Amino acid sequence: MTSATSAKRIDDNNKNDRTNREGLRGWLNPLTYGWERVSYWFQRLTGIFLLVYFIGHVYETSSLVSGPDAWAAMLELTQTVGGHLFLILVIGASTLHTVNGIRLIFTQSGQGLGKPGRPDYPYDPTSVNNKQRSGLWIAFILAAVAMLYGANVLFSGE
Amino acid sequence: MKIFKKDKTKKITNERSLEIERERSNKSTSSSSSSNQKSKKLRIFRINAVQNPNDVPHFDEFQVPVKRWTTVLDALLDAKSYQDSSIGIRYSCRMASCGSCGMKINGIPRLACYTKISDLDTNTITCEPLPNFPYIRDLVTDFSQFFAHHRSVMPFIQNKKADIPDVNELSEYEQSPQDLDKFLQFSYCIKCGLCYSACPTVATDLKFPGPQALSQAYRYYADSRDSDKSNRLKVIDTSHGIWRCHFAGSCSNVCPKGVDPALGIQLLRSHLLGISNSEKKIAKLQDRSNNNSYREELEEEEEEEEK
Repeated sequence: MTSATSAKRIDDNNKNDRTNREGLRGWLNPLTYGWERVSYWFQRLTGIFLLVYFIGHVYETSSLVSGPDAWAAMLELTQTVGGHLFLILVIGASTLHTVNGIRLIFTQSGQGLGKPGRPDYPYDPTSVNNKQRSGLWIAFILAAVAMLYGANVLFSGE
Repeated sequence: MKIFKKDKTKKITNERSLEIERERSNKSTSSSSSSNQKSKKLRIFRINAVQNPNDVPHFDEFQVPVKRWTTVLDALLDAKSYQDSSIGIRYSCRMASCGSCGMKINGIPRLACYTKISDLDTNTITCEPLPNFPYIRDLVTDFSQFFAHHRSVMPFIQNKKADIPDVNELSEYEQSPQDLDKFLQFSYCIKCGLCYSACPTVATDLKFPGPQALSQAYRYYADSRDSDKSNRLKVIDTSHGIWRCHFAGSCSNVCPKGVDPALGIQLLRSHLLGISNSEKKIAKLQDRSNNNSYREELEEEEEEEEK
């Protein structure tokens, strides 16, 4: 094979997408690589969800300019069972995103990850240790508690 | 989730391979009374991307004999030796030192020579090329982009004082074991590419250097013999650089050598943010041009330490 032919074939390969890139599939599957990947997945998912909620929230509050009736009609939407469930999801997502975000601020600044050392078999990476992971558990627990409290307030009407 | 456009499964059931299989199982039962040999199904990803750009990726299945100590590489080589010699595999040392046999085994990037089939606990072992590396053939992938990223972080010590034009003026660095421990872990990298293929940011950003290159940037940054820290940080402090890491930790989870790239990246980031002490004590150069005087100096130092 001449080098020109080889170069042409490599170009053809690129055209036929032989790059083997995972793309979005790379982060859509959270279950293969451990809890940090689950955290990564939740952080992104809740971030997107809260962005969508924020846009909806701006739209909801903007109904005020159309008068009290329009505002009351908009509020009616949140008084249904579906509306309550949506708000509970918002409470859970915002709590998880905030607490896990605070954990990530610390870890991404190199805090609480441990020091480099001499690795011994079986290798146990210090950056994904239980000390660091405890922040993730706290985020999940707080999100669950906040959702339960929210559900209690919304459904009992207290 | 379907990865391929078309999943064409070809079963190797030719007479010859079955014959060999039978001969081998007869041999093993006759030679050993406590034979623990079983057979497992090996699903191998097949593509010939370079010779045939229109080749459709598919899986071929092989039944291979396994024992308690059989690794995935052993099984692949068995299939290649006795059933289909056209299987493309890259391997060399068979002892997790060269980093050549990285592939996706049952959905996780691993070294084939370092993965025992008995540890996988499945009857079917699926071998695919490492994701995020372009295909060449079957399980062999193109590492040129990966090595380009590695080169971009200048993986070598830079110290202008150590520019020794005359070999006779041999010098050496004074480096304490504590200084060594700061980077030694990261120098165990074998460039197998498992971290690069597991990283979700690499999956979506071609320009991101990846965990391997970034951890190597930290390895040389933390080395007390290196004095060129500003240039090192400049290379990675870009919009597609270190800030694209979101600490998914997958790189550290798949690393077969305990390098922990995620730790290196976060520590490097702490230096960039100014949270960690960025002042590094640069190792002294010890002149050894006169060996006798050097020894005398060392003896004097030892005496002082004893006192």
